[in-house]
Parts: sequence; C-alpha cells; structure tokens
Amino acid sequence: MATGTQALSNRATDARPAGDFDRRNADWYFDKLIAGVVFVCGISAILFVLGIFFFVTKEGIGFVFEKMDFREFLLTPYWSPSDAEDPEYGILALMAGTASVTGLAMLVAVPFSLGAAIYIAEFASGKTREALKVLVELLAAIPSVVWGFIGLVIMNPLLIKWFDIPVGLCVLNAGIILGLMAAPIMTSIAEDALKAVPDRYREAAEAMGATRWQVIYKVVLPAAKNGLLGGVLLGVGRGFGETMAVLMATGHAVNIPDSIFDSVRALTATIAAELGEAVVGGEHYQVLFTIGIFLFLVTFIINLSADLIVRGIRKG
Amino acid sequence: MNTANPALFQASDLNRHNARVQRRYRLLFGLMTLLLITPVLLILGTLLAKGGSAISWEFLFSAPTDGMRTGGVFPALLGTIWLVTVALLLSVPIGIFAAIYLSEYAGDNWFTRIINLAIINLAGVPSIVHALFGLGAFVLFFKFGTSILAASLTLAVMTMPVVIVATRESLQAVPPAFREACWNMGATRWQTIRRVVLPNSITGILTGVILEVSRTAGETAPIMFTGAVFFTPFLPQSVFDQTMALSLHLFVTATQVPGIAEQVPFGVALVLIALVLTMNSVSIAFRMWLRGKKKW
Repeated sequence: MATGTQALSNRATDARPAGDFDRRNADWYFDKLIAGVVFVCGISAILFVLGIFFFVTKEGIGFVFEKMDFREFLLTPYWSPSDAEDPEYGILALMAGTASVTGLAMLVAVPFSLGAAIYIAEFASGKTREALKVLVELLAAIPSVVWGFIGLVIMNPLLIKWFDIPVGLCVLNAGIILGLMAAPIMTSIAEDALKAVPDRYREAAEAMGATRWQVIYKVVLPAAKNGLLGGVLLGVGRGFGETMAVLMATGHAVNIPDSIFDSVRALTATIAAELGEAVVGGEHYQVLFTIGIFLFLVTFIINLSADLIVRGIRKG
Repeated sequence: MNTANPALFQASDLNRHNARVQRRYRLLFGLMTLLLITPVLLILGTLLAKGGSAISWEFLFSAPTDGMRTGGVFPALLGTIWLVTVALLLSVPIGIFAAIYLSEYAGDNWFTRIINLAIINLAGVPSIVHALFGLGAFVLFFKFGTSILAASLTLAVMTMPVVIVATRESLQAVPPAFREACWNMGATRWQTIRRVVLPNSITGILTGVILEVSRTAGETAPIMFTGAVFFTPFLPQSVFDQTMALSLHLFVTATQVPGIAEQVPFGVALVLIALVLTMNSVSIAFRMWLRGKKKW
C-alpha cells in the first residue's frame, strides 16, 4: 500500500502543480485506506482455504512422513486404531462406505432433482413456480444433524418393517437420507443453470413451431449441459463431505458392503466419532488428520472440476 | 361454410403426437418434483406430531435434568445464540468487505477467478475438515482452547461464503449508472460505495446475513471439537467458556443418552428446525418484499 501511495503521489506532483488540483485530501487518503482493507478482506477466502490446508496438514503430516505405508493406508480394509499393540489404519472399508452411500444418494437425487429443476424452470409458472422454489429453498436449509436424526428414528424402524431386516441403519438408509438432503441443493443449482440459458434461444425454437418439450430437449438441455453437470458434481461433493447425517444413519460399522442392507462407516463419520477420544499429537490423532487431508484434496478436485466445467460454457 | 382448407388449421397427427409427448413429460417431471418434496413434508409432519408434545415454555427455558433424560434445552439454546452471534460479528464485516471487493474493485481476471474458486471451496470443504482446521488452528495453535471463540471462528470461516455470495449479488444489482453519477460529482470510490451502493443494497445484504444465521445455527460437526460440549452445568459467561449447543444437543440426546424419553430428542429437533426455518422464511419474505419495492 505505502509504495503504491508513494508512486501515485509522485505522479500527481509531476503532472500538475500542487495546490488547487491536488486531490490528496483526507477523503482521498481514507479512500486508499479502505481500498486496502477491502482488498485484504477480498483475498480472505484464499487465505482461509490455504489456512485450512496448512493447519490440517500440519497436524497430520507427522504420520504421513514417518509411519504411513500408502499401500496399507489406501488398500487394506482393516481399521482398528485403538488396538494398543498393533493398531491398523486401512481406510479402504471407510472409502467403500463413503462411496456406496454417496453413490446410492446420487442415484436417487440426480434424476429427481434434474426432473424437478426442469419442471420448476420450464413447465411451472406464476404462483406454483414461486411456491415450489420457496419450498425447495426451505428443504435445503434443514440442518444435517436433523437429517441424521430422521434416519435414526424415522427411517430406521420403517426399513426394518418394510424389508424385514434386523438393523435399519445401513447403506440404503443413509443413501436415502443423503439423497433427500442433497436433492434440494442440486435442484436449485440445476434450476439456475437452466435459467442461465437466454430466453431468445427458447423463443427462436418456439417460433419454429417446437412444443415446450421439444424446446427443452433439443435447445435448453444441450445449452445448459455444462451447468447441470457442474451442479451434479457439487452435489457429489456435498454428499461425499456430509458428516452428521452419515454418522447417525449408516450404522457405523467398518465394513465393505455386499448389499444395500449392510451397515457401513464413512470417512467423515470416522473423524467425527473418534477425534474426541484420540490423544492430541498421538498416532491415531494424526491419522484422523491424514484422512482430513485426503477429504480436503478430493473435495478440492471435485469443486475445481465443477468450476472448470461450468466455465467451459462461458468461454464457448 | 368452410372456404379455407380446413386441414390447415387442424392439428396433424404429428402435432397431436408432439402435444401428447409434451403432456407426458410435463406429468413425469411434475411427479418427480412431488416425489422429491412429499417425503420431506411427511417427515417434518412426523417430527411435529411426535415432538410437539415436548415443547413448552418450561422446555425452552429450563436446564436438562437427570443426566439430560428430562428437563429443557435452555443452556443449548443460549449456547447456540452465543455461537451464532460471535460468528456473525466476525464473518459479516469480512464477508461484506470481500463482496465489495469482488463487486466494486476486482477486474474480470485470473486473480478474481481464484478468489471465486476459493469461495466455492470454502463452501464445499466437508464440515468435518473445517472442524479439524478449527481444532488445529484456533484451539491449539492460537491457544483459545475449546471455547466459544474457537468454535465461532470455525463457524465464521465455514459460513462466510453465504454472506459473500448474497452481498455480491445485491451489490451487482445496483445499476452502474448510479455509481457513475456519483463519481461525476467528484466523490471517491469509497464515498460512492458508502453513500450510494450500500444504501441501495442493504436489504439484500440483510437477506444474506439472516441466511447465514440459519446456516450457522444448524452446523454440528465444526463445533464438536472446538467449543461445544455434550453437557455443562454452567451457562457461558464469556467467549472463552465452553458451551452446549442446540445442534450438538440433538446429536447427544439422540445417540448418547440411554433411557431418554422419546419426545426429548424430538423436541430438540423441533426447536432447531423451527429456529432454522423461521430464519430462512424471514429471509425469503424479505427478498420478496424487496423485489416488489424495487424502483429500477
């Protein structure tokens, strides 16, 4: 800042005689000061993201460098961190848990939220549309711990009754909960993507005699393709990183699932459940932070690709 | 009577087929929307039916008793208010300034793109990773300990994108002509923002702030290890105290307390949902009122 001000004031004195034309009054300096403050706040998001990466890495890096065997960590399904003599840290089963739950949730949520977005953006009109939009927004606001609670006390007995299984806390339960949870978010992102298609595209197609569905299918969807894909990816990121709901609805058993009725355990839920009992700085504690690094990197890649895909259309 | 070719104005088979297809898809997507919304409404109805009986003034304003099996949620409610207030005091000013930078100062270049990407990431990083960050940075490195301050800082970092995005949108909705008129009068950039841009977008900014209240109040994972505790007999006196929180209290009463009366967690869930949805409804109503009132 200081050098910038210096340079500017030099230029000002060079160019014109000091006096009446000199704009550098108190307001001018205040303006420069505010510009500096605003800039610092502007880049705060970058600082925070770097900070998150730095501090999570700082706590977990000890394990990565000293004890971690990448193959054991990523490719074995044995997770027994509290074993005093020979603790095992294999996250394969945890990854399988996260993947199965997220996958099932997306299977439920993607078609339905795209369908709902198309209906809200293209078919519904007037009051119906406003009401649906408000409803979707409110549904998206329900906290994840409430979803977990719903999985635990409402879905659990329902699944036991419907499918005649001993425990209703399983991939299916968490998948449905996560799907219901991610759907409103994906619906509003997808709806935004559809709305971003200029109206003149639709008008041109309608002038050619296309029906509403033909307009959607042949014009709007191809034009909004990237935005929709970006929205789906953001939804995947949300599902992947969800913590409280999967902690409460999966059954929390380390297990590579054979069927959707198996209990599993997710990466995020493992951190939430075990961090409290891990000794600060200990091996278990460091491993949990290492999982955190892994989660951070995966969501970073997902978000980055979503951003690149969405930007793809803007350029083209 | 029919001098013109009647076939010209009659729907051909193809037209009829197209219309049929369109109706079918309209119905399909309408049903999908319904299927998406109905289960959630049913679930909320169930919560209301089961938890409604637990809600009373006494439930709201008394402390848990008998190892949290009975009694109310007052310490948790108060704790959530503390956490949200402190988090907002930190994130709202920074978030608004960040949005001002993005809307009023930043050019359309790679640097702005990186900031935007960082904002998306801040919103997209799993909440439990934010918890790890809060523990590593605020609790241990800055030595705030497990306290309201550490938890609120974590929440502030996590929910700041909500304020940034909402504020940026409402700043950008102010027509450029307003700013240009002001600059032509000799006002500095900040004077223009302070006297013209902000007054014309303040309601939109408030909408975002209210939305952030709702987001912050519902978060659980980020506060679990940074400042919120399962149970404490003391009410928080300062930002360096630990506290109970409504969201965590729901998790605790639902999973960690054996032999609890069923309606207690339902009651907690209901209070939390009511708090969050009320905030969101206020925000939405605000936005609609604003849209109706807009002069340009």
